[in-house]
Amino acid sequence: MDVKSTKNYLYWLFCQFELITCSYLMEPWEKVLFYTFNLTMVLTLFYTTYVFVSVQLSSALHFLWHFPGNQHGNSVSIVK
Amino acid sequence: VNHVVHNGGLYKRPFNEAFEETPMLVAVLTYVGYGVLTLFGYLRDFLRQWKIEKCQNATEREEQKDFVPLYQDFENFYNRNLYMRIRDSWNRPICSVPGAKVDMMERVSHDYNWTFTYTGRVIKDVINMGSYNYLGFAQNAGACQEAAAKVLSQYGAGVCSTRQEMGNLDKHEELEKLVARFLGVESAMVYGMGFATNSMNIPALVGKGCLILSDELNHASLVLGARLSGATIRIFKHNNMQSLEKLLKDAIVHGQPRTRRPWKKILILVEGIYSMEGSIVRLPEVIALKKKYKTYLYLDEAHSIGALGPSGRGVVEYFGLNPEDVDVMMGTFTKSFGAAGGYIGGKKELIDYLRTYSHSAVYATSMSPPVVEQIITSMKCIIGEDGTTVGKARVQQLAENTRYFRRRLKEMGFIIYGNEDSPVVPLMLYMPAKIGAFGREMLKRNIGVVVVGFPATPIIESRARFCLSAAHTKEMLDTALKEVNEVGDLLQVKYSRHRLVPLLDRPFDETTYEETED
Repeated sequence: MDVKSTKNYLYWLFCQFELITCSYLMEPWEKVLFYTFNLTMVLTLFYTTYVFVSVQLSSALHFLWHFPGNQHGNSVSIVK
Repeated sequence: VNHVVHNGGLYKRPFNEAFEETPMLVAVLTYVGYGVLTLFGYLRDFLRQWKIEKCQNATEREEQKDFVPLYQDFENFYNRNLYMRIRDSWNRPICSVPGAKVDMMERVSHDYNWTFTYTGRVIKDVINMGSYNYLGFAQNAGACQEAAAKVLSQYGAGVCSTRQEMGNLDKHEELEKLVARFLGVESAMVYGMGFATNSMNIPALVGKGCLILSDELNHASLVLGARLSGATIRIFKHNNMQSLEKLLKDAIVHGQPRTRRPWKKILILVEGIYSMEGSIVRLPEVIALKKKYKTYLYLDEAHSIGALGPSGRGVVEYFGLNPEDVDVMMGTFTKSFGAAGGYIGGKKELIDYLRTYSHSAVYATSMSPPVVEQIITSMKCIIGEDGTTVGKARVQQLAENTRYFRRRLKEMGFIIYGNEDSPVVPLMLYMPAKIGAFGREMLKRNIGVVVVGFPATPIIESRARFCLSAAHTKEMLDTALKEVNEVGDLLQVKYSRHRLVPLLDRPFDETTYEETED
């Protein structure tokens, strides 16, 4: 039953997270507040990573791909 | 790291003490946990102040809001925001004799530990790993109980006087002679309360113009006695003989701080077993230093009397030293004798002086007669004067239990502090949520443990403390170990990075100098 053991493992991981961040000791409304804050931070982090990294990655690839070709012509436009 | 000390023949047996270092990740995560709880503490305090949440802790009255604030220091903040969340692990009421198994009253809290209600149910036969019952004399049946009952019907329960006035019974004289014989000193004196023995007698021994060198981790009674005396107090690092020697040299060379006169007396305060660390004092080295620099030694054997040594006579016998080398031998009857009270033993002149000048003798009520009889019977049992070998068997059982329990816990991978032979076993937990979780999970599995956090320990080094007893059978220890293993896996407290081969099951071989095999 792979699904059940994965679920148990995930629940156990969640319990460890609760113990380390002491949300095990909090009252329910405090837990809601804490998890909301954490989720917001994590989502913001993912969004920033997605936007930032993808732009940089695409511009880096563009630079590398077109570099052997038009050396003089393109270098002015890439260097900001 | 376990290391074996062979200091030029001072130690006749290996001294195995280990304090494994806190893993860096665990320390960081502990601080993270405390940081989160502190932030939520500030939030809750804000809500309480602006009346959004009901305030259930003590505050000043409305008229006193402009006075100097009473509850704003760190201790009160910690109390209402951190301690309250895990408070259900402490002050659990028990309703039977605290032997190897104990009955506890079940209680629940509906408002997150601010108030408790009893459900009426009694949790029966909880394995008791928290009581100081080293030799198992906390019994409600047996020779000690019968003798105490007889004395109760003869003398009554109260003495109604202080020791100096009308409270000196013939039972006290008998007990004092027995204690002096047990310890191997000239004379002894007993007091009704162990804490009061320390805090009321140190001021009688030292005063202004004297120097007290006290260990870093000394008990509150010793610290209180030292502060009450008015002497200068200097602290040396825990069990660290180089630190102690440096302080002694400075004291003798430089004398008193302003006038440079020599100190009137220098007194070294140490304990036999330190109950929070489980470490044993390095007594041979302390005595060597004491003789070299001509100072006095005050040894507090609260946890080590009855628990160490081949015949239970304490840490002096454990190291094979002469009891006359220790100037003041103090101990309590609470831990190994199943009674209450303390004693001080030493030379006859010292004890005669204390009979007159000790605050406890002058003002405190003397010991109750049934308690005195319990101590007399249990002490005679340990010495062997009651004609049986029960006492000796108990001392050996305690030593076996200690070695077995410690070895098994270390093999499982927990961080255990202290000496291999000490019956106090601290198991490190570190994180604040795990303190509460450990206590609760162990109680669910019918084992009662004591968990300790700040302020009894440094803030990140919180621990669970097991106190072993001669009354624990091997089956009880195995059950307890199985549950500790389960809870340890559940909570992930197996932090130890060393997997040492067990040391003490082989007899000490004269040709081996290395005791560890990594």
